[in-house]
Amino acid sequence: MARFLLRRFISSIPVIIGILALVFALARMIPGDPCRAALGERATDEICDAYNERYGLNDPIHVQFGIYLKDVATGDLGESFRFGVPVTELLIQRLPTTMELAAAALLIAVFVGVPLGIISGYRHNTKTDVATMVGANIGVAMPVFWLGLMLQYVFAVFLRDTPLALPPSGKLDAGLIPVPFYEVWGLPENGFMEFLSEFTLMNSLVTFQWEIFSSAFLHLILPAVALATIPLAIIARMTRSALLDVLGLDYVRTARAKGLRERSVVLKHALRNAMLPVVTIIGLSFGLLLGGAILTETIFNLAGVGKTLFDAITSRDYTVVQGFTLVVAISFVMVNLLVDLLYTYLDPRVRVS
Amino acid sequence: MSDDLYDPSDRPLEPTDDQPLDTVEASDAIRDKVRMDLAGGDVGAVTSGGLWRTAGREVLRKKSAIVGMALLSILLLLAVFAPIIAPYPPNKVLFDEGVSPRDPPCVHLFGCDEDKPQHILGIDGNGRDYFSRIVYGARVSLLAAFVAVLFAVVWGTMVGLVAGFFGGWVDNVLMRVMDVLLSFPSLLLAIVVVTVLGPGLINAILAIAIVTIPQYARIVRSSVLSIREQEYVSADQALGVTRWRLLAHRIFPNTLTPLIVIATLGVATAVLEIASLSFLGLGIQPPTAEWGSMLAAERNQVFTAPHLVFFAGLMIMWTVLGFNLLGDGLRDAIDPRLGR
Repeated sequence: MARFLLRRFISSIPVIIGILALVFALARMIPGDPCRAALGERATDEICDAYNERYGLNDPIHVQFGIYLKDVATGDLGESFRFGVPVTELLIQRLPTTMELAAAALLIAVFVGVPLGIISGYRHNTKTDVATMVGANIGVAMPVFWLGLMLQYVFAVFLRDTPLALPPSGKLDAGLIPVPFYEVWGLPENGFMEFLSEFTLMNSLVTFQWEIFSSAFLHLILPAVALATIPLAIIARMTRSALLDVLGLDYVRTARAKGLRERSVVLKHALRNAMLPVVTIIGLSFGLLLGGAILTETIFNLAGVGKTLFDAITSRDYTVVQGFTLVVAISFVMVNLLVDLLYTYLDPRVRVS
Repeated sequence: MSDDLYDPSDRPLEPTDDQPLDTVEASDAIRDKVRMDLAGGDVGAVTSGGLWRTAGREVLRKKSAIVGMALLSILLLLAVFAPIIAPYPPNKVLFDEGVSPRDPPCVHLFGCDEDKPQHILGIDGNGRDYFSRIVYGARVSLLAAFVAVLFAVVWGTMVGLVAGFFGGWVDNVLMRVMDVLLSFPSLLLAIVVVTVLGPGLINAILAIAIVTIPQYARIVRSSVLSIREQEYVSADQALGVTRWRLLAHRIFPNTLTPLIVIATLGVATAVLEIASLSFLGLGIQPPTAEWGSMLAAERNQVFTAPHLVFFAGLMIMWTVLGFNLLGDGLRDAIDPRLGR
């Protein structure tokens, strides 16, 4: 087991090096002069020379890459041209928003998708099944950005004066400023504490700031639902087909033959094996969530990783593009690694082979 | 995403052309076995037409595939006959014909004032007939997605064939590169690529193609690996058939079956991602009528003129749904073991 873990871990190292090289190369190839993009009207030749010198943009490319690798290894992702703050600082502020959004979406996708898949698979070829699968097919086909806009229209305009109305954009109601938990509890302030406190829902929950909590919660519903739809539909389809596969196996027949209640046959015996492929799909959905976050955050005006990254690309903020793309890609690799490990834990057969 | 279920590596499938496979009896035995599998045991029913005819018949039996084909046929008609169907040219500004920006849909049949000009999906922010733009949009979306998938399939097949057939370090290097490409969320990578190349139709197509190459390369490589071990290939090798001939006539045709299924599903993804790029302003640029960029142009008006957002998105969904249903149907038809 330990050897398997180690091997699996080592095999992801070349991929990570490849990601580093690709991210570095792509960020350099973005057309346009970062100095002029950052300084705009103020950029004269002298100022730009000084600027390029300061950010190491005059060095040969391989020197820049070497410095880049060293910096990344020490956790230094450079400084944003546009905001003038370190990229890590931006990440501290923006990453939690995306993580909360993605987690909420994944929760919805799993806790709605898996039961739907079970019902649909168990009631194979009934009206319930057909209805669920038609819904799932439509869900997979829906563009995230369209769904987001439609949800905004329905819940903010159409249902405006009903109790079902939901805020269409932003993270909190205007004027609400959450107090970080470390201030409430009198803890020292540092980067990590700040990072934790940016999880607005968690922060307001543990410090009993109920007004903030409910506002953050209501603001999260629409973007999370929009982002969850495609993974939800995929998970439902996968659960259904995996369950159907398993229900046809001998051991399930045995379980039934020995008189177990149907409920326990399906939920205990069959489901356990049916969940294996579903775990893989949940891992792969994470990539969809990260890609979808770019669109969702743009539509719902959430200052998360996706929106920041997109803004950085359009304004040629090299270092932010580099840093954020790197973090997103590596977290994707890590999630897939984690899924592999989970898979090994759940299915001993993988370990043996 | 459902294509992840599809692992063709353990299934040798029959070549597409019905040319006899040299003289080796072993290969015939395998073909019969495959046919038997495909036909559910009834060899006689298949030998007359081969895999594709069986698959065709099987597809026509699947309700979802029929729905998919119907959706796509309508779309194809819209695209081909756009100039006839659309009442106005897509970029014609109609302000001097008595319209104002973002007029809601007006259909005389449904009680719209007879004096007003009829615009069944309304008018967009620049005074153009929205229905005409939606119709012309079908051309752009279908064409862009097809080209992107074709490009990705061609390159992915080459990479996969070479990697799988030659093995060794070639395989290692190529597949590691593919792994790196796959470790980015595809939309993110496409966005970065398009930023490097510059926004526009061609570059958006290229970006989507590049990020999907690994998918096809992996499918082809795994089929090559399994086919390479088949007895009829070993037999050919023993008979002294050259490597290239082996690659072109024995191995390549056998990779086509999984490829066609994955490519059909891939068109759906391509439609969605090209629309996403256009929505972000990185793909097809205005004034070209394309659903994603039409949606982006009016997205801030969703609260006042929701019809301008609704129909463009509906068309994207329609297209994606069509290709997904057809792809699923094809997969089930070609490989009944996965179907249900």
